[in-house]
Amino acid sequence: MKMDRRQEKDVEAARRSAMAALAAAPADALKRLCDEAGLPGDAQLLRGPETGLVTVRGRIGGGGAPFNFGEATVTRATVRLTTGEVGHSYALGRDREKARLSAIADALWQDPVRRSEIEEKIIEPLRVAQREADARKRAETAATRVDFFTLVRGED
Amino acid sequence: MYVAVKGGEAAIENAHRLLADRRRGDRSVPALRIDQIVEQLALGVDRVMAEGSLYDRELAALAIVQSRGDLIEAIFLVRAYRTTLPRFGYTKPIDTAAMQVERRVSATYKDLPGGQLLGPTFDYTHRLLDPELANGGDADEPAQREAPSERMARVSEILAHEGLIEADGELPDDHVTGDITREPLEFPLARDIRLQALSRGDEGFLLALGYSTQRGYGRSHPFVGEVRIGEVELELDVPELPFAVPLGRIRVTECQMVNQFKGSAKVPPQFTRGYGLVFGQSERKAMAMSLCDRALRTREMGGDITAAAQDEEFVISHADNVQATGFVEHLKLPHYVDFQAELDLVRRMRAEHDARENAGAAETREAAE
Amino acid sequence: MVEAETIDGSFANPVFDAQSVFRAIMDAMARPGTIQPIDGLARPPAPLSPVAGAVALTLCDHDTPLWLDPALQASPAAKSWLGFHTGSPWAGTPADAHFALVSKPAELIALENFAQGTQEYPDRSTTLILQLDSLVSGSDLLLEGPGIEKMAMAAPTPLPRHFVEQWKQNRGRFPRGVDVILAAPEGIACLPRTTRIKTMEA
Repeated sequence: MKMDRRQEKDVEAARRSAMAALAAAPADALKRLCDEAGLPGDAQLLRGPETGLVTVRGRIGGGGAPFNFGEATVTRATVRLTTGEVGHSYALGRDREKARLSAIADALWQDPVRRSEIEEKIIEPLRVAQREADARKRAETAATRVDFFTLVRGED
Repeated sequence: MYVAVKGGEAAIENAHRLLADRRRGDRSVPALRIDQIVEQLALGVDRVMAEGSLYDRELAALAIVQSRGDLIEAIFLVRAYRTTLPRFGYTKPIDTAAMQVERRVSATYKDLPGGQLLGPTFDYTHRLLDPELANGGDADEPAQREAPSERMARVSEILAHEGLIEADGELPDDHVTGDITREPLEFPLARDIRLQALSRGDEGFLLALGYSTQRGYGRSHPFVGEVRIGEVELELDVPELPFAVPLGRIRVTECQMVNQFKGSAKVPPQFTRGYGLVFGQSERKAMAMSLCDRALRTREMGGDITAAAQDEEFVISHADNVQATGFVEHLKLPHYVDFQAELDLVRRMRAEHDARENAGAAETREAAE
Repeated sequence: MVEAETIDGSFANPVFDAQSVFRAIMDAMARPGTIQPIDGLARPPAPLSPVAGAVALTLCDHDTPLWLDPALQASPAAKSWLGFHTGSPWAGTPADAHFALVSKPAELIALENFAQGTQEYPDRSTTLILQLDSLVSGSDLLLEGPGIEKMAMAAPTPLPRHFVEQWKQNRGRFPRGVDVILAAPEGIACLPRTTRIKTMEA
């Protein structure tokens, strides 16, 4: 069955979103979830895990021309499962085991048979934790919002 | 003549051992852990990341421990480390309008969309030392309040509607983004290169220069249009994937400094802007950077260079504290041969000087007799 | 979906293989004309050869824009293999290239089209990696210059058109000019810009 272009785009977007959850995951949470899900640990490493740099770009004035403003450590890995799927991972930081596990999760995700299991056991719990942490931070920040009172002076 | 001198190996080795001992300090005091530094000296970590130009909290914290808290030494360590890593690419430019905001204030608009969010700030504290912290000092859980989900537009977008503020800084279409870590500086510099140098520049140096513009050395009438701190997503284009791969989030501080500008032959009266963008929570640095950025645009605005902060060769050549410390501190390394030559020269000049003095004195005596 | 052949075939031991190939390139540059066998072999997709692939893996990275000749340019497999394993960006024009990979040297555009470096920074020139059939079965070339005691011999084939004449012009631009790495099944040989070439007939 050949996917049409739109379906392909949807799958790409879903895969990207799963990779985003993996990249943002705290390493220990990811390791625990992978353990619990019983992910295959015997994937063949095709590249890495290796740590390198990305140069981080901003935009002048926030929205203008790009400029480089520093670098960040990134660790990446590429694995192949015995069933043939190739998975990639990239994430900030230097955790090689996280990179390896993320690449395995990405490879499994591409197998349509395993996808929902990976989504359910790994990606979704990571997303929920991330959403909760973000919501808590937003609420803490919102509590420091200034409410101005207009003072009425003089006579009406 | 150059005389090679050998020796001192044992002294150096023992000095390093002594340094390791003094770094550790009293063994009855527990050793610092990296996570303690990351969590509790977070702004020092941020400064090392910003000026070391490497976003990695644990590495910055390690550098702080290893350098005994000497932040410039820590920055040096981080800079040295980053040269050992391969580079995977340039990220897509971050979108600060999509930031998960942790602090955001504006001095120009009271009621801006999204509001004034003070966040974890030292502002409005009384700067009284808190003796309870000496004993650990537990902190209360932060308060929470329902957060509206409105997008937090940058303040520049608000003024832009009236056409009274210059647009975000554009460069010519064919401009290739420069990178000071790859190509040597060639003056004059494009604004993107200056911003890269300022972003990793020494906070104290930029602070002093920013201050000098406020005191009249290249005045620019600044207001903080907005300072925002928070986390932004990083994405990287890689050849093996058909989409930009998400890398996670980093915390940055952004400052939009708005400057009243009376216009020039080239530009009508309007507000102009200086821009600051720095790793971590580094508000002072981002503000100082934006003041310097604006000052360095003086010529572009049709003005004359009259002050240090406006002189890009002066500012950019001296903003890097690793370069500065290297050149200043090298003066303590052996210069025995140089100095020997100087000594000979001064002795000879002194002898000639004395000879002239004596001859002069003899003449005066003769004339008096 | 990434094809397997674009992902396989890198160095088995990335650090040691790259070091040994780098050593071979350094020796070949220091002693122009000598043939240095390549130990750390790569298995790139055709039309990229294993030796040229190993040289590319060793020298190219994200900071070195890479130019491909039309034959390589037309091979999606070779392009994505190079992209994945080296991370090199593609040079928009030959004059932007730090390295150029050439699978059909006989059809190569003139050397003067590549980056020649500047008088202040002569190192900012293109290094060409030419993929050859052989280093010993072409017509003999006599080599002279730094790194060669009296005279060295090489017989690479196939070479770019009018190569000896082009090389003379390249010498004439010194200190600017390109350097060449010849990659053939026997190993590699180098022609740094300081080397003078004479044909046997001359």
